[in-house]
Amino acid sequence: MMSAAGPPQGANCSPSGGSAAAPAASVEAHTPGIDHARRQILAWGAAMAGVAIAPGITLFDLAHGRPPAEAASRTKRWGMLVDANRCAPDCDACVTACDKENGLPTVKTATSAQWIRKVELKDMRGQAKSVPMMCQHCADPPCVDVCPTGASFKRADGIVLVDRHTCIGCRYCMMACPYKARSFVHEPVTGQNPDVPRGKGCVESCTLCVHRIDRDQIPACVEACAATGHKAILFGDLNDPTSEISRRIAEVASVQVRADLRLDTGVRYVGL
Amino acid sequence: MERGGAIGNGTWRRAALVAHVFSLVVALAGTAFADTPAGAPASRVPKPGVAATAPGRCVEDTAFMRRNHMELLRHQRDLTVHDGIRTTKHSLANCVTCHADAKTGRVTGSKDAFCEGCHTYAGVKLDCFECHADRPKAAVANAGAPR
Repeated sequence: MMSAAGPPQGANCSPSGGSAAAPAASVEAHTPGIDHARRQILAWGAAMAGVAIAPGITLFDLAHGRPPAEAASRTKRWGMLVDANRCAPDCDACVTACDKENGLPTVKTATSAQWIRKVELKDMRGQAKSVPMMCQHCADPPCVDVCPTGASFKRADGIVLVDRHTCIGCRYCMMACPYKARSFVHEPVTGQNPDVPRGKGCVESCTLCVHRIDRDQIPACVEACAATGHKAILFGDLNDPTSEISRRIAEVASVQVRADLRLDTGVRYVGL
Repeated sequence: MERGGAIGNGTWRRAALVAHVFSLVVALAGTAFADTPAGAPASRVPKPGVAATAPGRCVEDTAFMRRNHMELLRHQRDLTVHDGIRTTKHSLANCVTCHADAKTGRVTGSKDAFCEGCHTYAGVKLDCFECHADRPKAAVANAGAPR
């Protein structure tokens, strides 16, 4: 606080005091009401306040959100890190939050779509682990390989999606996915979330809450998990080595489910 | 020579009649889509019973929107789905926000609803709302659980 507030005020004296006085007067004649010296001071102040006071900590953080008119960039790769040691077996907050956010049916039938599900894994000693499974957002997604219409695609920032305008509902992608992440919508849908259009006859899966990411928000399941206090899901940019998720992946041993398939999943697990 | 002249004269009369009938049809079709000024006698041609609820102008000229709204929507949908571009000017959600019926809060569901009313009138299938919400976001939150 002190370091940021001090220097700009000190720096303010030298240019505005002597040399800048004469040119400023001539500019004033053309554009009355604009104090250029004052503008310069404000700019310096803003620059200093943005300087890191410690690694990873700045006085204020400029919004990282992409403007709405800008396309998703391949400089980012969104991913998740799920900590099986923190995930509670009896908790399904992520599933409930996903259903609510994406307008999935709250009353489940045999044919209801599942974007995220809790799975229980038991090892040979009988120890159980419970983790959420969803679309793993592979870098080399088999669902995209097999799609006959190009409806299944990977966005520039690594999110694997279905373009429902092009999907013909053939369900080949459901067959190709090793994670059983995709669902077919069998019944007519009403009461959709305007951000998440969905309807009968298309295949769908976890979108990583792409509509929220585009608004610089985190996915609903991550938010809900943090709200319960478990904080088992970490969301972030895998391409940015300074992001929390990248640092955590560098620190602890994480696995990709079915790593033998070498799909380079965007969703990783700790403690499996 | 005389004969030929008589035939030519009759053809001209017929052509003039056809031209008159055609211009009348064009004029009637024009009134069906034109905004009738206040006090003008009502046309006998039925009109789609649609009205914009929100005051103010549409994102483009009304005449342009009538003919080209589908092209704008198709362009915007590809930008949004594939590139994540979420400008609101030509988005379907933006249409719904302004054009939702004052009573029902929807753009479909009756012949007075903005989208369905005109599509029924024109006999064009409207399938946007098999997947997209036909009411603004605030209305969806109040409508209850999805099915």
